[in-house]
Amino acid sequence: MGINLQDPVVQLREVRLGSITGYAGSAAKLYEKSQQTTTLGEQERSFSQCISCSANQVKNQLVSIRDAAVVEHGPTGCSGDIPGRNLVSRSGRKQRNLPVHNLNYISTNLDENDMIYGGRDKLETAIREAKRRFDPKAIFVTTTCAAAIIGDDVAGICDMMEEDIGIPVVAIFCEGFRSRVWATGFDAAYHGILRKIVKPARQKQPDLINIINFQGCDVFTDLLSRLGLRPNYIVPYTTVEQLAHISEAAATLQICNTLGTYLAAGLEEHFGVPEIKAPLPYGVAGTDAYLRELGRVVHKEAAVEQLIADEKERIAPKLEQLRRNLAGKKAFIGAGDGHGHSILAIIEELGMQLAGSCIWHHDLKNDNGDERSDELKHVITHYGNFSIGICNKQSFELVNLMNKKQPDIYIARHTGTIWATKLGIPSFLMGDEHFGLGYQGLINYGELILDTISNPAFVKNIAAHNKLPYTDWWLAQEPFSFLGGGC
Amino acid sequence: MSEIIQGPRHFCALGAQQTVTSIERAIPIVHAGPGCSAKLFQAMACSAGNQGAGYAGGDSIPCSNMIERDVVFGGEDKLRSLIEGTLKIMDGDFFVVLTGCTADLVGDDVGSIVREFQDRGIPIVFAETGGFKGDAYKGHELVLQAIIEQHLQAAAVKQQGFVNVFAAVPGHDPFWEGDLHELKRLLNSIGLRANILFGYGSGGIDALNAIPAAEFNLVVSPYIGLKAAQLLEKKFGTPYLHYPVLPIGATETGKFLGAVGDFAGIDRKFIDKIIKNKEDEYYHYLSRSADFLIESRYNLPKRFFNINDASYALAVSRFLVNDMGYIPAHQFITEDVPAEFRQDVADYFQELAPGISSGVTFSQDGGVINEAIQGFDNTTPPLLLGSSWDVDVADWVNGIHLSMGLPITDRLILYHTYVGYRGGLNLVEDIYTKLLSLQG
Repeated sequence: MGINLQDPVVQLREVRLGSITGYAGSAAKLYEKSQQTTTLGEQERSFSQCISCSANQVKNQLVSIRDAAVVEHGPTGCSGDIPGRNLVSRSGRKQRNLPVHNLNYISTNLDENDMIYGGRDKLETAIREAKRRFDPKAIFVTTTCAAAIIGDDVAGICDMMEEDIGIPVVAIFCEGFRSRVWATGFDAAYHGILRKIVKPARQKQPDLINIINFQGCDVFTDLLSRLGLRPNYIVPYTTVEQLAHISEAAATLQICNTLGTYLAAGLEEHFGVPEIKAPLPYGVAGTDAYLRELGRVVHKEAAVEQLIADEKERIAPKLEQLRRNLAGKKAFIGAGDGHGHSILAIIEELGMQLAGSCIWHHDLKNDNGDERSDELKHVITHYGNFSIGICNKQSFELVNLMNKKQPDIYIARHTGTIWATKLGIPSFLMGDEHFGLGYQGLINYGELILDTISNPAFVKNIAAHNKLPYTDWWLAQEPFSFLGGGC
Repeated sequence: MSEIIQGPRHFCALGAQQTVTSIERAIPIVHAGPGCSAKLFQAMACSAGNQGAGYAGGDSIPCSNMIERDVVFGGEDKLRSLIEGTLKIMDGDFFVVLTGCTADLVGDDVGSIVREFQDRGIPIVFAETGGFKGDAYKGHELVLQAIIEQHLQAAAVKQQGFVNVFAAVPGHDPFWEGDLHELKRLLNSIGLRANILFGYGSGGIDALNAIPAAEFNLVVSPYIGLKAAQLLEKKFGTPYLHYPVLPIGATETGKFLGAVGDFAGIDRKFIDKIIKNKEDEYYHYLSRSADFLIESRYNLPKRFFNINDASYALAVSRFLVNDMGYIPAHQFITEDVPAEFRQDVADYFQELAPGISSGVTFSQDGGVINEAIQGFDNTTPPLLLGSSWDVDVADWVNGIHLSMGLPITDRLILYHTYVGYRGGLNLVEDIYTKLLSLQG
């Protein structure tokens, strides 16, 4: 256990958390095995489809810091996510009444010449230009496969430039080939923030609660205000100054431990901010436990019990009605390690059945090592054992399994809705991770699911006019037959 | 030293995967690190007006997702099993292996592996498209070259009136599919059969196999596609016409049809009659709103900047000057135009119309472009035709902005086109609808 902030390079998730990217079978058995070992051993696939990479996830967090800049040291193809992130950032800024403008981002555009002679000069130029163009409070320099293979001394250059331009220049090591688990990118981003941006607390703010999230809508202001607390959403849309003082919060909450495990644990270990160790707040059982643990840590037990009682009473009639309408409907889930289990909790509590699930990867444990925040354990305990596929975003496995299960709905966090549509299965891609959160989240999800399955005209039309890009042979095989060197 | 890039638009050579997925039932096989393929799909399909995976793109693309072990020991065995798996799992007619930086830097001998499959009679080619080799236009040309050199066989006979078209680059021209189909319709209207290679109904592997049977090749672009045409001339003796201007609106489309007709030996009177008919219809619509189009109440723009690739910047400049009476402010060419073509490209912006020329700046760096635009005298509100990156600079100079070039994140593109008579009318509708929507 332990978050090492000395080394500029984050320790990989597969080393820290024993993460794996392939498994098929019983969830209870997976949990049991996860408890007994530090590594399950990775199962290879002899065929695979494109996945994401750490460099991609790093930018998910870093480009959205309001007054920082990102310099990506690599060829420009590595910047392919940037236009989409710019759209997300602009719409998020608009939603939050912040000034709307393009991302503060520069690529060093490494070319063939740089592969031979190195990209040092370009990186220096890019850092200087980022300072001149954006006047940022900090610059994050992110690495890529090409930059790592040619061996540029990114850490050394960043240290030198930091002295030169007078703001933090933070090297983030996230080249894609290092880790099989692209969520390592979140850890790499947070590692840099913990090392170089966060400062020791000047004075604790007993009503301030860190919430590690993506871009979700603001549901915590209302929830926490009823406990006399304030949310501090991190990292997107924060300022560098705000990040410097996240050490002053009374506690840290997460909405997805795939995202926040490293930052939450690092804040506790190095800055004394308690991490709330509880299941995630999706479904009544999870939300109860989450709020109660928060109440215990910040000494608001009575207020939490009142909040829980009020909310449950408020949603009860609507929840009852939704359960009647959704009873027995089958859902298929495609999502990340933490959030996928959260969606499972929601559909179980709505009275639906799990038709199947593809979870992108599996962490044997969280950085805190505390089983109270083990989301897999939570869902098995409350909703019983289920069949789980760890598919590393392998679309051919997902499509094969979904085709066999023929669910009433496919619920995705990242990908696959196009294939559900071509199979004639209604689906949605949940972009707002707060939509299903808390007691109201159950109602939100229930209504969205009902609206989504009530008129499947569009998906049926699309399905009738499309063919999947897979052979009949493949669709007849077992979905995970390429795992472990099969087929 | 190549430029640093703020506001990336043209990504890297591995973007050629979008060229492959635009060939019907073709399957790219990407030998690269994890993340490359997904990012380029995001960049060139999702950020091209929300065009999605198509038949076998997006997250269905086979990829070796190279990890550290492959960097150390090489990824050749992994690639071989990836291709074997692809042939079993993916339902395709044509396969293209593309490499990323990692595979190219560790020196995997991709050619030898692909030749093993070629020797088994499998329709498969490879192109080394490591991202550091250049932008996605470069990748597109490398794929065309790979198909010509590794796959095509000479035709028994040349088919008269059959023409291969090298014009819009899939993804890079976000309107590529509409544009190619409009070119096909235009060529059909003068009696030619166009082989557009990419997009709906283009024919997939059959279209590729038919390339050597063409009477001639038609390159409609300042320089992209020229290498392919020259290669085809060398390999199959097919002549080519290089027509640098993608035609938008009546003036240019008429000139285009005339030039192609002359090259193909089609009766000039016949061509003129077609042009006359199409122009009459075009001016019917344009005339009806002519009073609005010359109003000054809503700050209708008179001067324009293009911030786009050479092809669109030139096409739109010609249209706005010749059909609409605009004055060019300055044009920014945003892809990495190879040095040997830069002078030619700049020259195309001279004498856009008698006495009207435009200055040209070649830059991939949005920061350079933003600063330059603010340096111009923008007393009257200019029109800025660029990408979604250029919304901010348009605001700073009080201009009207329309997204026409990659990346486009503020539009949905299904089959829209800016080519030909129809494309000219579309562009006028889009510019002035945008302007009016800002008034309310």
